[in-house]
Amino acid sequence: MVLPVWWRKRIPRYRFVGALCKDCGRIHYPPRNACPYCGSRNLELVPLPRRGVLESYSIVYSVPGDNRLNAPLPIGLIRLENGVRVVAELTDVVPEKLENGIEVEAVIRRIGEDGETGTILYGVKFRPALGRK
Amino acid sequence: MANSENKQVINAGIVGWGAYIPMYRLPTREIARVWGWPEHQYKALNVSHKSVDGPDEDSTTMGYEAAYNALLRSGIDPKMIGAVFFGSESKVYAVKPSATLIAEMIGATPDTMASDLEFACRAGSEGLKASLGLVSSGMVKYALAIGSDTSQAEPGDVLEFTASSGAAAFIVGPRSESAAIVEDTYTYVTDTPDFWRRAEKPYPRHGEGFTGEPAYFTHIIGAVKGLFEKTGLRPEDFDYAIFHQPNGKFPLKVAQRLGFPKEKVLPGLVTPYIGNTYNASALLGLARVLDQAKPGQRILLAPFGSGAGSDAYSIVVTDLVEERQDKAPKVDDYLARSYEIDYALYAKFRRIYVMLPRG
Ligand SMILES: [Zn+2]
Repeated sequence: MVLPVWWRKRIPRYRFVGALCKDCGRIHYPPRNACPYCGSRNLELVPLPRRGVLESYSIVYSVPGDNRLNAPLPIGLIRLENGVRVVAELTDVVPEKLENGIEVEAVIRRIGEDGETGTILYGVKFRPALGRK
Repeated sequence: MANSENKQVINAGIVGWGAYIPMYRLPTREIARVWGWPEHQYKALNVSHKSVDGPDEDSTTMGYEAAYNALLRSGIDPKMIGAVFFGSESKVYAVKPSATLIAEMIGATPDTMASDLEFACRAGSEGLKASLGLVSSGMVKYALAIGSDTSQAEPGDVLEFTASSGAAAFIVGPRSESAAIVEDTYTYVTDTPDFWRRAEKPYPRHGEGFTGEPAYFTHIIGAVKGLFEKTGLRPEDFDYAIFHQPNGKFPLKVAQRLGFPKEKVLPGLVTPYIGNTYNASALLGLARVLDQAKPGQRILLAPFGSGAGSDAYSIVVTDLVEERQDKAPKVDDYLARSYEIDYALYAKFRRIYVMLPRG
């Protein structure tokens, strides 16, 4: 059952909050209970910058199940303004204009739903940045 | 005219405003192509394109982005927001508030009111008026009023030419911090069968013969004339006039009947480019006017909702407007961010086609 897990993790996904490891100083997103770099559990939640640069991407054409409507689905590796790298779905992408190096920004979109009668899940995706900060 | 509304100073105004328009645009000529409508049947609507929400967007995500932009302009701590009102007729849940979702997303929870409001296209405006009352009375310091819709229209119905998607949001706060103060308001409602949607039906219906004169014109004119009578203001006192915009022709017609020249209406008229965003319709017009207004200018705002009712507001822009205009994307930034789609993509995004049953 997806509901309790999603509910517990909603704040980082709604507000784009990462975890800062107080032992090695690195930040990761989405926050996990242990630092993926050094294994420390001494973590603190920190808001992340909403802008970054698209470093790399891959496009999923054959999208399974309920997410089919989002096909073609681009997944991006984004370097945020503070240097932290995150992997996230891209949205509002015009296929001809998708290229490495474009500026992107975090937005909240539907990430999925727990079937037709279940809850709707929201979280962060990235889109090509609007003209201004 | 009997008056149920007290004449008093409203100690509240608009501290921040924000807009959102999805990037996809469906040309009305494309809808006409699919359904075989000749040009003369729809050109008079004065709508060239309508905005369409993408497959991962809904009234919650759009309302959130408008609210986020309003917060950026206000510069306030979201924890200080004591009420969140979400006005929509395309809520994502039949039962489960959208206001709590957005309140949680922006960081206003848990010390806040949160309510979803419903009054066809006028619920967002009800939220704005309720916010003014709560702030003016001193019950809360700031309130957030959102109008957001991914409007439904039955494929092939005349509504399909205009029903579109967008959102607008306003942080209401103390008069001294406001970029625009609200001088006065006047509301006019009756029971009118111009437009409705029954429970569990996917598309609304409209009562032919009720939509124009008995609904839109009667209620907007009633609200604006009531405001004039209450305040002594006249059309020449206003620099801008913004009306609910179900199409591109009604707002110009109602302006003419009330004595406002076209030039005062055009800056707040967005429907010709994106269609009718329902609860965001007139409020997006207000956001666009605030994006460009100068201190001291006076704005008439008159949203309308079927069923039916209209609120008229007299709004005066303050010296604080200019420093806030560039703190978030403007309506024109969202208008410029457009990508034309055809009816097939629209049908996919809006889930209009019938999926085969799962095996
Ligand atoms: Zn670490």
